[in-house]
Amino acid sequence: MTDSHSGPFIAAIDQGTTSSRCIIFDRDGRIVAVDQKEHEQIFPKPGWVEHDAAEIWRNVQEVVAGAMVKAGARRDDILSIGITNQRETTMLWDKHTGQPAHNAIVWQDTRTDQLCKQLGGDAGQDRWRRETGLPLAAYFAGPKIAWLLDNVDGLRAKAEAGDLLFGTMDSWVIWNLTGGVNGGVHVTDVTNASRTLLMNLEDLSWNEDIAAEMGVPLQVLPEIRSSSEIYGEVTGGTLGQLLGGVPVASALGDQQAALFGQTCFSTGEAKSTYGTGTFMLMNTGEKLIHSESGLLTTIGYRIGEQDPVYALEGSIAVTGSLVQWMRDQMGLISTAAEIETLALSVEDNGGAYFVPAFSGLFAPYWRSDARGVIAGLTRYVTKAHIARAVLEATAWQTREITDAMTKDSGVELSALKVDGGMTSNNLLMQFLADVLDAPVVRPMVAETTCLGAAYAAGLAVGFWNSTEDLRANWRRAAEWTPDMDSDLRDREYKNWLKAVERTMGWLED
Amino acid sequence: MAKHIQSLERAAAMLRLLGGGERRLGLSDIASALGLAKATAHGILRTLQHEGFVEQDPGSGRYQLGAELLRLGTTYLDVHELRARALVWTDDLARSGGEAVYLGVVHQHGVLIVHHVFRPDDSRQVLEVGAMQPMHSTALGKVLTAFDPVAHAELVEAEREAFTARTLTGLPEIERVLERTRAQGYATDLDETWEGVASVAAPIFDRHRLPVGAVGITGAVERVCKDGDLRPELVAAVRDTARSVSRDLGAKPF
Repeated sequence: MTDSHSGPFIAAIDQGTTSSRCIIFDRDGRIVAVDQKEHEQIFPKPGWVEHDAAEIWRNVQEVVAGAMVKAGARRDDILSIGITNQRETTMLWDKHTGQPAHNAIVWQDTRTDQLCKQLGGDAGQDRWRRETGLPLAAYFAGPKIAWLLDNVDGLRAKAEAGDLLFGTMDSWVIWNLTGGVNGGVHVTDVTNASRTLLMNLEDLSWNEDIAAEMGVPLQVLPEIRSSSEIYGEVTGGTLGQLLGGVPVASALGDQQAALFGQTCFSTGEAKSTYGTGTFMLMNTGEKLIHSESGLLTTIGYRIGEQDPVYALEGSIAVTGSLVQWMRDQMGLISTAAEIETLALSVEDNGGAYFVPAFSGLFAPYWRSDARGVIAGLTRYVTKAHIARAVLEATAWQTREITDAMTKDSGVELSALKVDGGMTSNNLLMQFLADVLDAPVVRPMVAETTCLGAAYAAGLAVGFWNSTEDLRANWRRAAEWTPDMDSDLRDREYKNWLKAVERTMGWLED
Repeated sequence: MAKHIQSLERAAAMLRLLGGGERRLGLSDIASALGLAKATAHGILRTLQHEGFVEQDPGSGRYQLGAELLRLGTTYLDVHELRARALVWTDDLARSGGEAVYLGVVHQHGVLIVHHVFRPDDSRQVLEVGAMQPMHSTALGKVLTAFDPVAHAELVEAEREAFTARTLTGLPEIERVLERTRAQGYATDLDETWEGVASVAAPIFDRHRLPVGAVGITGAVERVCKDGDLRPELVAAVRDTARSVSRDLGAKPF
């Protein structure tokens, strides 16, 4: 239909790893306009990844203005603005000048590996797992703050004098939106705070003991707020003219935003995002579950004064990137989509299993000594069988995570909501339903991350009244129902697990 | 044995010469290798260059194989690539149109459904990816037949079943519909395949302006029709979607 979108709208900023985007949504959760701008990836040394936070803030302002123009929207059309962001990426800035003290250290950056080992000491990487839900790993923000304070001249003194502010990208964007040096609010939301290794999952406050052990002065830390409330209003600057007075009303880490956008509001509901890697989150309700199976415990979201909703998270390092590897390194296909064509040219995997433990195994194994394996090779196996094995690997890895989630939570997965680029692969989605023995459902709006931020920002200002309103917006675009003989499923799973076993212990220390 | 066209034989020899390893050759090298006068060789090279089969390096003036030649072998568009490119647009079409959306390609005398987006209500629906639809009666089929000569040839030979009282089965009357389809840029199906079901579809083109598939919206007659024809805003939405997907595939604006 020729769309005559008219306000009111909600704007969502997605400050991501490779780009910043702004999407404007209408009341039905439909996209009205999108604008996007990539930023530079800075690689000072192998394993190091940085972003220029000043560039990111400039881009954020540009894409918000750009999306407004594309939507033909005026200030009064925008009821509130929400933020979702790349998680764990860490920065410090000067409270008085608003200048970044250093490039932001990106979540992928591994410079804090050694520091994490030291901090773990005899207790190892699970030292603060009970308090924070996280293992001591280089991803998380806390050790990155410590690294900056200890390695950049003058920062520790400035931090102790109270002149320095820490934030993940949500905090940086909100502080700037709400005025920066002229009264910007220094806040973060519970989901972002839950990725610092510094927050108590129980009472959602900074853990002073851990901060002291890590050498992070409390005065640099932002105030922890809910994911959906008015933090402040847009003021000043270029956006002040455009959106002055519009409430800044949500913040959610990207994966949690996708959980929210997929309207996984009930205990046991889960979403899985299939990109280069895969992130699966399951809503565990008001119950904080300590994983016995290698999953992370995190905050799913918190709406205003309501109780926080917890989540279990499992990540798979290599999914879409395995298809890219088939294309770029092996040259067996010329586009990612062709993997399906190649895989469909045979009936099954021909006995081959591909475990892409390229940099070790993640959840639920956490074995860094593992390396990739293609098992079960015979003369019979062709490149088409390998293509099948590639797609099946993504499905089996998802199965391992759902099994771990079921074990930890005691809740059986009733259906899996999926999003991300790989959901266009019909064969994969069907196989996923087959091996999970549960329906796999794709929603109509692929931009679940931005949608989640918009939903949370809209709830905070009463644009939507309840999560039930949001559920009503959710539309099923496709559903794959399981259609596999259970004996076959069990046999194949057993073979997969055998192949996984063969990856372990490859590296000898 | 038929007499061969000499200039085409020479052009083929030039392409083989340039294709022998990764190399660039000057005009005199090419002319002498093939035993041609420079002027003759130059004329053929210029023609090949005009067609994109040969490129001339601006610095050295030497010739090499052109990009168009590489494309010849790869013009076939993978249907899964087509689905991946169409995903966002077809979601939006289903959402705004309020009905189910299908993407189809020509396959074995029929239309193969390569993508299906559910009607955006909470009703129980089954994914129809991989299903076949008839060529002569569906909107997708008519569009593909109207724009794709291969599909047209198949339609002429195929058995044309009368599914409903409104199904057209005679070749002359179908040809008239196809002609109209080509003129207006879309096709409809009103009770012609399934009783009470109507649809409208438009063609998707690739960068060479070749029809690679069709996209359409399908629903109950009482919802998608008005005054005995498909609602104009649905027709416009389907055509917009087809244009957007075509643009993503590199087709020039219409």
